[in-house]
Amino acid sequence: MSANLIPILWDATMQTLYMVAISAILGTLGGLPLGVFLACSQRGELLSAPWVNKVLGLVVNATRSVPFIILVVAIIPFTRAVVGTSIGTNAAIVPLTLAAVPFIARLVENAIREVDQGLIEAARAMGATPFQIIRKVLIPEALPGITLGLTLAVVSLIGYSAMVGAVGGQGLGDLGIRYGYQRFMPEVMAAVVVILIVLVQLVQSLGEWIAARVDRRAPRNRGA
Amino acid sequence: MTGTAQGAAISFQGVGKAYPKAGGQVTALADVTLSVPTGSITGIIGRSGAGKSTLLRMVNGLERPTEGRVIVAGHDVGAARGGALRAIRRDVGMIFQHFNLLASRTVRGNVALPLEVAGTPRAQIRARVDQLIEQVGLGPLADRYPAELSGGQKQRVGIARALATGPKVLLSDEATSALDPETTQTVLDLLAQINRDLGLTVLLITHEMAVLRDIASHMAVIEAGRIVESGATYDIFARPQHATTRRFLSGVTGATLPAFVAARLQAEPPGDQVIRVTFAGAHATDPMLARLATDLGISANILGGTIEEIGTKPFGNLLISVPHDRGDQARAFLETHGLTTEVLGHVR
Ligand SMILES: Nc1ncnc2c1ncn2[C@@H]1O[C@H](COP(=O)(O)OP(=O)(O)OP(=O)(O)O)[C@@H](O)[C@H]1O
Ligand SMILES: [Mg+2]
Repeated sequence: MSANLIPILWDATMQTLYMVAISAILGTLGGLPLGVFLACSQRGELLSAPWVNKVLGLVVNATRSVPFIILVVAIIPFTRAVVGTSIGTNAAIVPLTLAAVPFIARLVENAIREVDQGLIEAARAMGATPFQIIRKVLIPEALPGITLGLTLAVVSLIGYSAMVGAVGGQGLGDLGIRYGYQRFMPEVMAAVVVILIVLVQLVQSLGEWIAARVDRRAPRNRGA
Repeated sequence: MTGTAQGAAISFQGVGKAYPKAGGQVTALADVTLSVPTGSITGIIGRSGAGKSTLLRMVNGLERPTEGRVIVAGHDVGAARGGALRAIRRDVGMIFQHFNLLASRTVRGNVALPLEVAGTPRAQIRARVDQLIEQVGLGPLADRYPAELSGGQKQRVGIARALATGPKVLLSDEATSALDPETTQTVLDLLAQINRDLGLTVLLITHEMAVLRDIASHMAVIEAGRIVESGATYDIFARPQHATTRRFLSGVTGATLPAFVAARLQAEPPGDQVIRVTFAGAHATDPMLARLATDLGISANILGGTIEEIGTKPFGNLLISVPHDRGDQARAFLETHGLTTEVLGHVR
């Protein structure tokens, strides 16, 4: 591989990391509260609001059933309204975030549902408010599951970010298509694939490590 | 302990609870009237599904009665909502069969939770938590996580947590059912000690009569959502009125029939009548049996017997057999002399 491709690969990697990082953060900011609400708002639960729950659930399912590449194209007008353009990394962040929010919400919802009902009961018996129960019981107890869910979400975002490359999003996917496919430079394609594999591996390992750190449900060797 | 609510920490007044279900409703509780004396350890015993948990959970408003009222320290719990209900809950601690500790927090963190919830300042929390952990004998384990504790230790954390906000009432939902007999004893001892030292009223539910014998001053028996018997534990052990109570008692009040007698026991004559004689206090029964022989000419066979302690009072139990045609006479004689009798059956 010629030396002048290195900076191009570097730039593309940074663009991908940027898109993934920002959309993961925004997706979490939206998905975490939404997931908590979905988990707590069924009839008879902490924040009982069955109708709102149903409607939000439908919206989440609808968003999740639209193929990502169609979502990207379908919301171009919205993207343009938000960031002023429909191409580039900033434009890519809009559909990435939009896909991340419902995905993360469902993962968070599942993690929170795993929390033992007995703990909620104990907290209610202490006189905790619903908000205190969420903040001091549900989220800390669900943290290992939430961490693994976010890991999965970031891995998926890495894949999606490569897809937005196809519509001018820049990043590794874009590079792979333009150089590897259109200019027929298979070594660029190979390099892109290797970088993506390494990124996914790193994210997965980091996520699992953090999840294990925060998981206190099983005894750990003390000392040693 | 039924009747007036004078000196009652908790009083249930005509309490009923119905759960809706497809095509009707399930009655979990019906017409429960019961007073829990202030400073007592009161136990409620009943079989699975009898309504014990439902009744207990009304005391801190985890369930609402569909009929009647539940009064705790002068507050109508069923009518309280929002902040008022949360304030009542801070005056009522609760411990659970499966401990319900947060896996993500250490012993310290778990005990601190109710104080954080109540908005206690950090510095105060720290001191109070250390004191509570000492009180339940977990000093060296303060920084462990629940996964690193035994069942008995976990329940001690549960007790420390329940006491954190200085409640007046402690509720226990089968708190020792997941523990082995020895650990059960140490946890019961701790509850008794807390009751003594803090003057806290304890309301506990159980399906084991032995738990009541060991620590409850008062008790009630619940069957299919109704209280069938209630009063001082000693009196109920000495003179059980209801068949359900007797069933719970058999096996707990020491004396059991020798296997060869039990195997041949028939409900109806012929054969000798087998009688359980119960006596409170250190009553001399031997003279009574001797007088049965001298006064009535009835000679009784002794099949088994024990004396044990309930609360601090001795409580005895004797199994005898007499010829069946003299059974009624013998029992009448014993009853007039202050003993309680029960016919267990007949044996040839
Ligand atoms: N949320 C509920 N919805 C419908 N029925 C309920 C509900 N909770 C309890 N019940 C019913 O009410 C009755 C009493 O239940 P409860 O849990 O109080 O029994 P329990 O005496 O505590 O039994 P156990 O010893 O098994 O814990 C049972 O028939 C039960 O099925
Ligand atoms: Mg129960």
